[in-house]
Order: sequence, then structure tokens, then C-alpha cells
Amino acid sequence: MTELDAMPWWAAVTVSFLLVLGGLIALIGTLGLLRLKSFYQRIHGPAITITLGTGCILIASMVYFTVAQSRLVIHEILIAVFVLMTAPVVTMLIMRAAVYRTPRTGTEFAAQDDAPKQDPKQDEDARPT
Amino acid sequence: MSRWFPSPMLSIGLLLTWLTLVQSLEPAHWLLGSVLAILAPILARPLQPHSYARIARLPALFRLLGMSAVEIVRSSFNVAQIILFRRSEGVNSQFIRIPLDLRSPHGLALLSCLINMTPGTVWVDLLPERHELLLHVFDLHDERWWVETIKASYERPIIELFEAPPSSGQGGKA
Repeated sequence: MTELDAMPWWAAVTVSFLLVLGGLIALIGTLGLLRLKSFYQRIHGPAITITLGTGCILIASMVYFTVAQSRLVIHEILIAVFVLMTAPVVTMLIMRAAVYRTPRTGTEFAAQDDAPKQDPKQDEDARPT
Repeated sequence: MSRWFPSPMLSIGLLLTWLTLVQSLEPAHWLLGSVLAILAPILARPLQPHSYARIARLPALFRLLGMSAVEIVRSSFNVAQIILFRRSEGVNSQFIRIPLDLRSPHGLALLSCLINMTPGTVWVDLLPERHELLLHVFDLHDERWWVETIKASYERPIIELFEAPPSSGQGGKA
């Protein structure tokens, strides 16, 4: 706590603001998993956690340690780079698994999750093959 | 030159990654990082089926990444707003098709990463018969707008990045 007390007020305000914002965005992304009904909608929820949520918290970390240790601390950039390089690949993998799974099981993927009636049909129309 | 530095950009990137990771600018770390930066691309070359990407213009890459960053922040707030204030039934989630002119495998990889990074859009598949991109949009208002946006602000800069010097425009069916 001594480091936090020794911080100038502007740094403390910036760090707290970014941490609260990042936390809120992560919460909203998770809330999306709970509130959205079909699988194809739910896949979009965590995307905001990955990009903006992670970004806010990493910038907060950079500001905090740079001020607290009185030197430039920017190696959090690497975390951002690796998260941003891997997350899209995982998203695409999950999405394609869902698309290929739907006709095999015979039952609509979205229908299992009590999706609205028109949703599986739209997905069916747009699917390749 | 190209035998020892198959990809200068990758080498510089590795050196910078190493220096950032050890958080130090001492000569020893420069040396170790340089060894890594020279050896890793040479050893990894057989793993690259399409050889290393040649990026024609570096400022154009940074301009594209900057534009995507702004777009990511903007659509993050849009998606957050939809999750918080709209009912799931009212959200018009749709698959759309976008015809692509981009053929370079590196360019397609970059395009798919940028699209998947942006909240609200997920790249599903590349339909081979007419070279169309199958895209899933979280809340679709206007399909034409999406097609034009993807083609104008993402595909065109990427084509210029990877295919500019040899073939002017969008030829190059590789």
C-alpha cells in the first residue's frame, strides 16, 4: 500500500479508472454468455473482453509500474500482442466446429439452446454446401 | 543476404521481443537477442509453406493496424451496449457472404485476424467455388454496408500491402 500512497494523484486516478473500466468490460462480456440465446450470438460476447478489457487492464499495469518503479515498464505489450494473435485463431476454430457440427447431429445447434424460431433457418440458409 | 535473413521484419520483431522480455538494453542481451533473431527464422523456414511474407510498405501496415484499433474500440462499445440493453431475440445475427479479390495467403491470414479481433464479426469460412468470405455479423443492419466496408477499408489496404510491386492492382492469382 505504501507504493500506492506515494503515487501522484493523476496516476492513481488513471490506473483506477482503467482497472474499473477493464473489469466492467470483462463483466459485460461474460454477461453476454448468460444473456444471449443462440450459440452464434454468444461467440461475440467474449470478444470485447479479449480486446478492450485486456487492453485497459494492461495499460493500467503499464502506468502503475512505470510510475511506481520510476522507469519505463512496457513489457505488457507482449501479452497484448500474443493475446491478439492467438484469440482470433481460437474464435475461428470454435466457429467452424459449430458450423460443421450442426448437420451431423441432425438437431439444430441453436435450437438446443431455445433459440428463436427463425435463427436456425437463417443459419441453415447461409451455411456452405 | 536473403539466405541469412530470410525475413528481416521477423528478425527485428524477434530482437525487439527479446529485449522487451528481459527488460534490459545491456550489450549481452543485444547479442543473445541477435543470435535468436538470426537463427529462428532460418530454422523455421521449412515450416512456412508459402515462404515468408514480403511486406511492401511498412507505414501502410501501421496505418491499417491503427484504423483497426479504432474500429475495435468503437465496435466493443457497440457490442457491450447490445448485450446490456437489447433482448437476444431482437438482435439480428446473420451470416453474410463477401466476394474477395485478395488471393495472397498471408493477406488472407491478416484479414481473418483483423476481422476476428473486431468484436461483432467472426470469420467463418472461405467458400472456394467463388472465393467468397462467409462472415457472421452480430447485429446486421445493412448487408451492402458491410460488404463495402470490408472491401474498402480492409481488403484494399491489405492487397496493396502484399501484392503491390509486381502486379499493379489485384491480379496475381497465386
